Amino acid sequence: MTDTPEIQLPEDKPLEIAGKVYQSRLLVGTGKYHDLMETGHAIEASGAEIVTVAVRRTNLGQNPDEPNLLDVISPSTYTILPNTAGCYTAKDAVRTCKLARELLDGHDLVKLEVLGEHKTLYPNMPETLTAAEELIKDGFKVMVYCSDDPLLAMRLEEMGCVAIMPLGAPIGSGLGIQNRYNIRLIVENAKVPVLVDAGVGTASDATIAMELGCDGVLMNTAIAQARDPIKMANAMRLAIEAGREAYLAGRMPKKLYASASSPIDGTFF
Amino acid sequence: MQVQVNGEHMELPGGATIATLIEHLTLAGKRVAVEVNEDIVPRSQHPSFTLSDGDRVEVVHAIGGG
Repeated sequence: MTDTPEIQLPEDKPLEIAGKVYQSRLLVGTGKYHDLMETGHAIEASGAEIVTVAVRRTNLGQNPDEPNLLDVISPSTYTILPNTAGCYTAKDAVRTCKLARELLDGHDLVKLEVLGEHKTLYPNMPETLTAAEELIKDGFKVMVYCSDDPLLAMRLEEMGCVAIMPLGAPIGSGLGIQNRYNIRLIVENAKVPVLVDAGVGTASDATIAMELGCDGVLMNTAIAQARDPIKMANAMRLAIEAGREAYLAGRMPKKLYASASSPIDGTFF
Repeated sequence: MQVQVNGEHMELPGGATIATLIEHLTLAGKRVAVEVNEDIVPRSQHPSFTLSDGDRVEVVHAIGGG
């Protein structure tokens, strides 16, 4: 009898962010849709429970009957995650979060993103760290969009961020996970949830993120700019589930050469 | 008096409160957040917060975003 080494499979822990457990590991944005009806249907098809929104000036002189995003995406049904998109300084990001908290009756979960420059929308990490520190001190639960640097990810966790969200590729680029080794390192080091935020283009990208052991994926453009957003939302839901199952199942080792699947014994030729 | 609302100049009667302004903008009952000179004014204070000449007011809401 030979001893077979005990296979260590990853533990199936539910996704818990800032003390709340979520069934869905897909988080979705609400930008770039044709209209609010399409937004609502796509989000429903995605099965997402956490939905991001942006905070902007109200149009003065708008039609008072114009439907509001939060009428479609109700805060009583979804966990609304206001973002700081468009902020290039810690000051603007903190200000945006405070307005969001007031807007959402004291709800203090935010997605912090401080951008570096217009062309890549790459995160400005020094400003992100400054903003995170100030927000955490003020009682916010910060989910942080960041670069895929494992050391900075650890630093953000130590500061008290409730989720680390490295980019897979630039926002809206749809290029997929460009540095899966870094994502993997971040996942291995982290005790808080790690979610790939930005860069997913299609279902297989989302699956790769989940196979790497990420706790979830946040996406917007990949669904909203698909030719059929509602179908893509459903595809993403399945892709996230498939990737998670594959991660938990533990993939076979990669080999350079073939290994026959059918036995050699019993061949009659 | 003149105040600036979302970057636009606006003439309001002296003593106008934030609640008055919101009514004037036909935003009463809508989910908005208000900031005056970069400080949040909680919803509960909208009826009592009196605006002053030169105040910079921001009225924001949630829109689609990632």
